[in-house]
Amino acid sequence: MANVIDDDTLEYVGILAKLELSEDEREDARHDMEKMLDYIDKLNELDTEGVEPMSHIFPINNVFREDEVTNGDGHVETLANAPARKDDTFVVPKTIGD
Amino acid sequence: MELTDMTALELSEKIRGREISVKDAVTHCLANIEKSEDKINAFITIDKEGALKEAERVQEAIDDGSLTGLLAGVPVAVKDNMCTEGIKTTCASAILENFVPQYTSEAVLNLKKAGCVILGKTNMDEFAMGSTTETSHFGVTKNPWNTDHVPGGSSGGSAACVAAGEVFMALGSDTGGSIRQPASFCGVTGIKPTYGTVSRYGLIAYGSSLDQIGPLANNVSDAVHMLQAIASHDIKDSTSVKRDNYDFISALNGDVKGLRVGIPKDYFTDGLDSEVKQSVLDAAEKLKEQGAEVSEFDLSLTEYAIPAYYVIACAEASSNLARFDGVKYGHRAAEYEGLHNMYKKTRSEGFGAEVKRRIMLGSFVLSSGYYDAYYLKALRTKALIKKAFDRAFESYDVILAPAAPTTAMKLGESLSDPIQMYLGDIYTISVNLCGLPGMSVPCGKDSKGLPIGVQFISDIFREDNMIKAGYAYERARGEIEACPMRKAGE
Amino acid sequence: MAKQYETVIGLEVHVELATKTKIFCGCTTLFGGAPNTHTCPVCTGMPGSLPVLNKQVLDYAVAVGLALNCDITRYSKFDRKNYFYPDNPQDYQISQLYLPICRNGSVEIETGSGKKNVRIHEIHMEEDAGKLVHDEWTDTSLVDFNRSGVPLIEIVSEPDMRTADEVIAYLEKLRMTIQYLGASDCKLNEGSMRADVNLSVREVGAEAFGTRTEMKNLNSFKAIAHAIEGERARQIELIEEGKAVIQETRRWDDNKESSHSMRSKEDAQDYRYFPEPDLTPIVISDEYLEKIKSAQPEMQPQKIERYVSQYGIPKYDASIITGTKRMADFFEEVTAINNKPKKAANWLMTETLRLQKEKSMDADEIPFSAKNLASLIDLADEGTVNNTVAKEIFEKIFEEDVDPVSYVEEHGLKSVSDEGELSAILDEVIANNPQAVEDYRGGKKKAIGALVGQVMKATGGKANPAVINKLLMEKLN
Ligand SMILES: [Mg+2]
Ligand SMILES: [Zn+2]
Repeated sequence: MANVIDDDTLEYVGILAKLELSEDEREDARHDMEKMLDYIDKLNELDTEGVEPMSHIFPINNVFREDEVTNGDGHVETLANAPARKDDTFVVPKTIGD
Repeated sequence: MELTDMTALELSEKIRGREISVKDAVTHCLANIEKSEDKINAFITIDKEGALKEAERVQEAIDDGSLTGLLAGVPVAVKDNMCTEGIKTTCASAILENFVPQYTSEAVLNLKKAGCVILGKTNMDEFAMGSTTETSHFGVTKNPWNTDHVPGGSSGGSAACVAAGEVFMALGSDTGGSIRQPASFCGVTGIKPTYGTVSRYGLIAYGSSLDQIGPLANNVSDAVHMLQAIASHDIKDSTSVKRDNYDFISALNGDVKGLRVGIPKDYFTDGLDSEVKQSVLDAAEKLKEQGAEVSEFDLSLTEYAIPAYYVIACAEASSNLARFDGVKYGHRAAEYEGLHNMYKKTRSEGFGAEVKRRIMLGSFVLSSGYYDAYYLKALRTKALIKKAFDRAFESYDVILAPAAPTTAMKLGESLSDPIQMYLGDIYTISVNLCGLPGMSVPCGKDSKGLPIGVQFISDIFREDNMIKAGYAYERARGEIEACPMRKAGE
Repeated sequence: MAKQYETVIGLEVHVELATKTKIFCGCTTLFGGAPNTHTCPVCTGMPGSLPVLNKQVLDYAVAVGLALNCDITRYSKFDRKNYFYPDNPQDYQISQLYLPICRNGSVEIETGSGKKNVRIHEIHMEEDAGKLVHDEWTDTSLVDFNRSGVPLIEIVSEPDMRTADEVIAYLEKLRMTIQYLGASDCKLNEGSMRADVNLSVREVGAEAFGTRTEMKNLNSFKAIAHAIEGERARQIELIEEGKAVIQETRRWDDNKESSHSMRSKEDAQDYRYFPEPDLTPIVISDEYLEKIKSAQPEMQPQKIERYVSQYGIPKYDASIITGTKRMADFFEEVTAINNKPKKAANWLMTETLRLQKEKSMDADEIPFSAKNLASLIDLADEGTVNNTVAKEIFEKIFEEDVDPVSYVEEHGLKSVSDEGELSAILDEVIANNPQAVEDYRGGKKKAIGALVGQVMKATGGKANPAVINKLLMEKLN
C-alpha cells in the first residue's frame, strides 16, 4: 500500500511549512515522503486499541512560576540579531491586506 | 606524564596542584586544534581569545581558593546547538550562520561554574538532524581514526574533537542517539542521561520531548564527572526534573556483583555487523567475569521504535523550527515579494535538504486528517515501547546492547538512502522515546581499525546501574590504544 | 411571502488577565512602554528559550471557570497552535485545544425579551501576540513584542445567542463577573476584552445550522452590534441569491462599517495542534479547587442581598449600583464616609449613570472621588445647597472632581435661608401674583408652584425650598 503524494499535497505541505521547493527538490521531496510514509505505515501492524497516547514520559505535573517580575528592559538583546529593524522594532513586509 | 595522555581528572588535579597552569592546558589544546582541524573539521567556531581570557579567570579563582571542583581548568568544547552569549551559535545551519545569542544555556553555565574552559563550538548535523555530521552547512567533520570515514552524528564534532585530543571533553546532545553513536564511532565515552536531568534551557530544540544534553569524554570517569557538573534542576526548564540526588560519581565503584544485565535478543539479529556483534558480546562476557548476572531476553517492538521516533521527532521539529522565519534573527532572503514569500524564500535558502525533509514530514503528519493516523499512533506505540522497557527493568538492572549496528561509514555513503541511515539508530532511539539513560563505552575495533562501542541502558533515574556496569567493564577491558591523531598531537 | 431568518451566534471572547507578569516569562505586562522593552528570550521566541507557566494565570482561569459554572478539567494540558505570522515570535501559539482548563459552563442573561441561559463550551488559557504597526512611509510593518506572551483566557460559548442584544447582555455579564473576580479589567476599547463573533443564519424553524463565518476585530459594543447586523444581511443576501456562504474568517472595519474576507492561499488554517512538549500537564486537586473557591470574592447576588440587609436600600437600587464592581466599591466608599447609603445610591443610579451614558463612558468609569460625592451629599442634606444647585455642582464634580465645599464658597452658591430676606421677597411675589394667590386659596394647591418659582427666580435659584414653603404656608393660610 504505497503512499502517493500528489502535487496538491506537496504544495499544501509547502504552505504549512513555509518551504518553497525547486523542481528537482520537489521530486526528491515527493519520493522521500512517500518512502518514509510507507515505512511509517509499519506502525499499523501494531494493535494499539485502547492504548493512551503518551505525550509526556514522566508523571511530572504542575510546574509553575510565581507571578513576580524578574526581567528588566530587554530591547537591546531582543533586537541584537534583527535582520531588519527600524528604531526599536523589527521590520517585516507589510501585513495589512493579507 | 604528557598532557596528551592525561585524563580530564588528572589534568585538573595537576592544575589545582599548580603543576600545570590553566593557560598551559588551553594553549596545548589550541595547538592540537591548529594541527588537527585541517584534517577533521570538528569545530565551527574556535574562540581562542575568549578561551585564553577565561583561562586567566579560572586560574585566579583556583589561586584564590574559590574554585576547587574536580574539573577546574579543563579545556572543553560545546556542540553548536547550545546558546553561548556573545559567541556565534549556528546549529550548523545557514539560517543561523551569523546568530549571536544574548544568553548562555544552563548546561554551559554549569560547566563554566565547574571551572571548565570552553575553546569553541563543535560541528554537527544541521539542527542535529543526521547521524554522520555530513549535513552541516560548514562542511563535514571527519573521523579522526580514519578521515575517509564519518565521525557519526549528530554530535560528530564533539566526539571527533575529544578523540583527536583537541579538547579533553565536550558537550553533545542526544535526540535519537546523537551522543552515543558518534561516541561509538570515535572511540570515546558518551552519556545520554535520563530526560530532564540536564536543563534544556538554551539548547536549540530539535525534538523537545527527546532532546537531552550529555558529555563526551575519553573515559567513563571523566564523562561521569562532566555529567555531574552539568546536571541540575533548572526552574527555567519545566521538564527539568528535581532528582533526589545528583551524585553520579559514587557509582564509579566497579561493583557489579549480582548486577542483573540483560541482553535483548532482538538487538542481535540480521542488521548487526558481525564484528560489532562479537565485540559487544565479548564486553558482556567481561562483565560476567566481574560477577554480573548476564542473560538474554526478548525486549520486543524494536522494529517499531524508528518509525514512531521519526513521526514524533519530525512533528516536534516542524514546530520547533518554525521560528526561523527571517523576522527576529538569522538569515533573511535578500529579495522577496510580500510576507509569505519572504518566509518561504528565507527558509528554503536557509535550511538544508535533510532539515527540509524532516520539516515537510513533520508538517504532514500533524496536518488535518493525518494527526490520528500518524501522530497519535506514534504516541501509542511509544507507550507500548515504554511498557516493554518497564517490564525489562523488572528483571534487569542494565540492558547491554550495541550502540550502532556498524562502525563508522565511509563519507558520503549513507546520505543517498535516508531510511538506511535512520536504521542506524535502531539501538539508540528507544532510549530517547522512553526517557532512559544510556551510555556508550569503547569495546574494541573492527578489522578496518574503526572503534566499536557497547551501550549500557538503565531505568529512568538509575544512572548508577549504568555507570557501575560501564565503569566495571572499562576497568576489566583495560587500557585501549588512543586515537593516532591524539598521539600525534603532542 | 419572504422567508424568515434566524441568526445563530456564538462568541469567542479573549480576556487579558490582570497578572503582573506574562504567562510564560517574568516580563511585566504593564501597558505601554517603548517598543520591545518588555521582552526576554522567552517572549520573543529566541532559539533555546523555554516557557514556564505563571501560576496566577491558572488561578484566575479556574476562578473565572467556577464563576461561570464550568467543570474544571482535572488533567489539563497545553497544545501548540502552529501558524506563521510576524506578531507570533515562535510561529506557534501556546494554547489549549484537547484538554482545556474549563468546560461545560453557562451564564444567565437578561434582555428585553426575558431571561435565558448561554452555555459555555470551554475556557482555555493561551498567550497573546505582539503588536504590528503599519509603516506608511516604507510600506512595511513594524513588530513590537511587548504584548507577546501576555496571558489570555479564551471563553468559547455555544451558538446559543440569536440577537445583538443577547450578545451584548452576554458580554456585559462576562465582563461584570470577571471584574468582580479581579481577573481582568475587561476594557473593550483597550483590547483587554476582545470578542470574535461566529455567525450563521437559517430559516426560522430549521434544525440544522447554516455555514458560519467568524468576525474579528470588534472593539466596542457598537461595532459588535453593527457587525452582527451587517453579516446577517450579507449572509441572507447570499442565500437568497442562491449562493453559498463560505466558512471563513472576516475582519470588521469599524470605519467602513463593513467586513472583508481574511482568506488567502498562504493561510491554510490548518493549525496542526499537538501537545506542548515544553510544558508539563496540570493536575487540579480537590484542595486546590477548594482554595480557589474559598478565595472567590463576594459576587453580585450576595452583594445585593447584603446591601438590602446592611444598608436598608431597596433591592432595585442595590441591583443597579452593583452592576459593576467599580460602582459597588465606590458606593461602599462613599457610605463609609458619611453613612447615607440611600442618598449615595441615588446619586449613582441617576446622575452618575446619566452622565456616563451622555459621555459614552464605560459603566465602570467613575471619574471622581468618593470624598467629594460624600461632601456634596452632606451639603444638600444640610440644606446648604438646594437640589437644583446640587445637580449643577455634581456635573462639576463629574467633570473635574472639584471639592464641593470650596466650589460653593467660591461661586456663592449657598442657598438663601434667611427668613427676613426671603419674607420680603415673598411679600413682593404675593403682591405681584394675585391670580395665583387666589387660585391657591380657591383650592388649586398646584398654584403654589408658580409662587415658589418666582421666589427662586428672584434669588437666582439659591433659595432654600424648605424655608420658602414654611413662609408661604404662614402667609397664605
Ligand atoms: Mg485562541
Ligand atoms: Zn519575556
